[in-house]
This record gives sequence, C-alpha cells and structure tokens, in this order.
Amino acid sequence: MGKTTTSASFATGLAQAGHRTAVVDFDVGLRNLDLIMGVERRVVYDFVNVIHGDASLKQALIKDKRVDGLYILPASQTRDKDALSHEGVGRVLSELAAEFDYVICDSPAGIERGALMAAYFADEAIVVTNPEVSSVRDSDRILGILASKTQRAERGDSPMPGRLLLTRYAPARVIKGEMLSVDDVLEILAIDMLGVIPESLSVLNASNAGLPVILDDDSDAGQAYQDAVARFLGDERPHRFMSVPKKGLLERLLGG
Amino acid sequence: MTAEVRTLAALEFKGRMITVTVLRVLEPTLSVLARDLDRRLAEAPELLRGLPTLLDLDAVSASLDSLDICGLVRLLLERGITPIGVRSPSAQMSALAKKGGLLAITSDGTDVIRRFAESKVQMTAAPVTPAKSPALLITHPVRSGQQVYAPEGDLIITSSVSAGAEILADGHVHVYGPLRGRVMAGLRGDTSARIFALHLDPELVAIAGNYRISEYIEDRERGDNMQVYLHGESLKIEKIKS
Ligand SMILES: Nc1ncnc2c1ncn2[C@@H]1O[C@H](COP(=O)(O)OP(=O)(O)O)[C@@H](O)[C@H]1O
Ligand SMILES: [Mg+2]
Repeated sequence: MGKTTTSASFATGLAQAGHRTAVVDFDVGLRNLDLIMGVERRVVYDFVNVIHGDASLKQALIKDKRVDGLYILPASQTRDKDALSHEGVGRVLSELAAEFDYVICDSPAGIERGALMAAYFADEAIVVTNPEVSSVRDSDRILGILASKTQRAERGDSPMPGRLLLTRYAPARVIKGEMLSVDDVLEILAIDMLGVIPESLSVLNASNAGLPVILDDDSDAGQAYQDAVARFLGDERPHRFMSVPKKGLLERLLGG
Repeated sequence: MTAEVRTLAALEFKGRMITVTVLRVLEPTLSVLARDLDRRLAEAPELLRGLPTLLDLDAVSASLDSLDICGLVRLLLERGITPIGVRSPSAQMSALAKKGGLLAITSDGTDVIRRFAESKVQMTAAPVTPAKSPALLITHPVRSGQQVYAPEGDLIITSSVSAGAEILADGHVHVYGPLRGRVMAGLRGDTSARIFALHLDPELVAIAGNYRISEYIEDRERGDNMQVYLHGESLKIEKIKS
C-alpha cells in the first residue's frame, strides 16, 4: 500500500526539481492516480486509448496546474486487462522517454499483467513496501521478477537497480512488536533503502484534497518524500521519522 | 556412489546404484490419494518430479480389489511422478503390477550391489567416475517465487535465499547468506550430498528425497553455520563443528 501515493509525490518532486516528468497509471480498471493528483475532472483520453491509437499522447497527457513540467497519463476505466499489450506499452513508453526526463510507472498490486508491464521496460525500480511480513514477501517476489522477467534481464544487461521505500512506518508499533522494523525489512530484502515514509494522517488529507502529499511542507510524510526524491537525485540526507517522536512537556503532562 | 563396469563386446553392464523413491500407498481410494498427493507436492513440488518411484502396496494388501491400478498410474504420471514397479509384491500384487504396466520388483538393487562387493569380482575396466558439471555459482539473491537448479553438480550461492524461493542441486548446496526458502540437495538420489548454510532458517530441507518441512525443523536446528546431511534414512541438521 502506498504505491500510487508514492508515484504522485515522486513525480511531483522530480518536476519541482526541474525535470520534465510524466506519471503513468498502470492500474487499468481502478484509476486512482488522477484522483490523488487532483486531475480526475480533466480526464478525456487514457493510456489504453493511446495504445489503441484512438488518441495521441499529446491529447491524453494532462498537464499539472501546480507544478511545471509535470504530466499525468491516466489509466482506463475499462476492465480489459489485455488492453495493455506488450508492444503497445513499449511504444507509448518509448514515446514518453523521448519527451521526458523521467517517466514514473505506477504499478498495480500483485504480479499480474499490469504490474509486469509497469516493470518490464523500466530502467530502475522503487519498491514500495509496508512493514508487514506479507508485504515484504510480495516485494521480494517483485524483486525476483525485476531480476528475471524484465527487458533489462532478458537482454542480459546489468541487474535493474531497485531501492526500497518503506511506507506507512509507525515506530511506536514497531516498538510494541506489531510491525517489522526498518532493519528487519532490510535484512530480508537485502537492497538499498531510499527512504522511510511515516504513517501519517496528512496522506489521507492530502489525497482527499487531490494534492500529492509532497506539496504539504508541514507534514512529516511530505518531508519524508522530499528527502527521498532528493536522495534519488543524488543528495545525501539522513534518514528521519524512524523513531518515536519525543513528546512535548504539555503532551506528557496530559498523558497524550 | 561407486560405478562398476564390465565390458562386453556390444554392450556394457553398469552396476550403478540409483535411488528410487518408494511410495507407500496407505489407502486404496483414488480421490483420497490424489488429494493427499497434491498436498504433498504443494509442500515440495520438485521433490518427486521425474524420479523413478516404486509402489509399496503392503498397507493396502487387504483391499487390493478396490485399488484401480491403471487410475493410480495415470494419477502419478499426471503429477510428474514416474512409477516403475511394485516393490516386493505378493502374487496378487504382481498381477496388479502387470495390469498397470508396471514391473514386479523383488529386490531394490542394494542386495545386488552388496553381492558384487562381497564376491570381489575382478573388474576389467577402471571404475567410471560419473560425469560432473562444474558448480553453479549464483551471486545474486534468490527471491520468493524463483527457482535455481544445478543439474549434475553443486550449487553455490553467495547471497540470500528468500522464503518462497527454491534451490536444488544434484550435488551439494552451499549458501553463504541466510537460507530461508526450500532447499534440496542430491536431487537425483545422491545420499552423500549435503547442505551448508551461513544461516539456516528454511521452509523445507531435503537430501536424496528424504525431506523435512518447516513444521518439523526445531529451533535448535535453525541458526548460523549449519549443515544438513543424511544419516541412514534420517536427516541430521546440526552446527558445523570447527
Ligand atoms: N504514509 C501513509 N500514511 C497513511 N496512510 C497512507 C500512507 N500511504 C498511503 N496511505 C493510504 O493507504 C491507502 C492506499 O494508498 P495508495 O497509495 O493508493 O496504495 P496503492 O497504490 O499501493 O494501492 C490510501 O488510503 C492512502 O491514503
Ligand atoms: Mg495504486
């Protein structure tokens, strides 16, 4: 959980840093990204329309009104999974790659067609994981697929760099033993870590407002995404939000 | 395993011992057998695949009339198990074996090997060492859902093996990292094959078809610097003593 939230914030952060960025929703049938990006009322054409040639990329891409150089390609509402043909996805993505500095593919859950297609043409992966055994297991499976069933792997190129983004992290629950710790997850997955995003109410508020949470400078999750994007672009930033925040005197007195 | 060869003009006898799996049939009803088998195979899908298998029908000797042998053979074949015969059959079992296109096998071969050894027969040819592939070296993690198999040789992994992954070798298996998935050494019956792991916390271990699932692997058998080997028919899991 947190893939679409992450895709929206990451794409926004990259565009804010001056990179032309497109974010593509691969979750055919669910269509969440446009809601989180707050552009759901401006959708005319979608990814599948472009694949079928019913619309050009230019017609389907929605320009973000808040951040320059940021574009959204929404998913189709139709439930036809086969619409994401290998050849069609490849063609649209290479067209996007020619036009943009970064193309973010928002993968659906699981290892079905949509997820496989989102990963197949990628140069790099950000694996979004929650600190739970089942989520970590799924991520491990995805990492296996990235290493074996992608274009990079089939061509025998060097393995796809994959980095971990641990999200919905609640240090207080880790201490109680209800959640895996950062170290537990890293030990199991054995990959580099891009960042930890805390469990935060601000995420829900932001998505209800159609605002990628990274634009909420006051929120912990927003700041954590800003750090993660900066690290992705090569900055070194210390990891934050990994321990229980110290309570203020008043809170302690009130037993909050 | 030793191989002994006597050269004749146009053919040669190879006294090579191969391990066959013995499948004890405890129940004559096909549907029940199928369900149980599917459950076993789900635990260890690669364990029996392609291995020659002998049926032991002793436990159902009283209800042989209700055993559909052709149906049983089909059921096994469909699941990738190759039945070759019925072990130490009674007269009625021999008839049943014939009906199912199976051999009636009165010895499992080990006594033949022993006879060879005891009679100290002079062999004309030098012992043949079985062809062995170089070890398969894997330097990346083996993830959930992935499978790595080293045919005819050893498997060396210098990274981790995740829960949900499966690693197999006809020879030994070495893992220089945490081993949390399923591991099978001596897949084609080499009972001297061993498993070594820097950290062992597996879902299943097997050597030459003798296996133990996680439920039966105790806490003291998990941990750092472990090895697994076969002692008779029982799997030993213990710390590597230095
Ligand atoms: N850091 C977070 N803190 C709290 N809630 C979150 C966080 N990240 C995601 N969520 C919530 O989890 C749900 C699923 O998020 P989403 O990004 O759509 O997941 P996915 O795309 O992986 O299905 C949403 O309700 C979202 O608000
Ligand atoms: Mg999503």
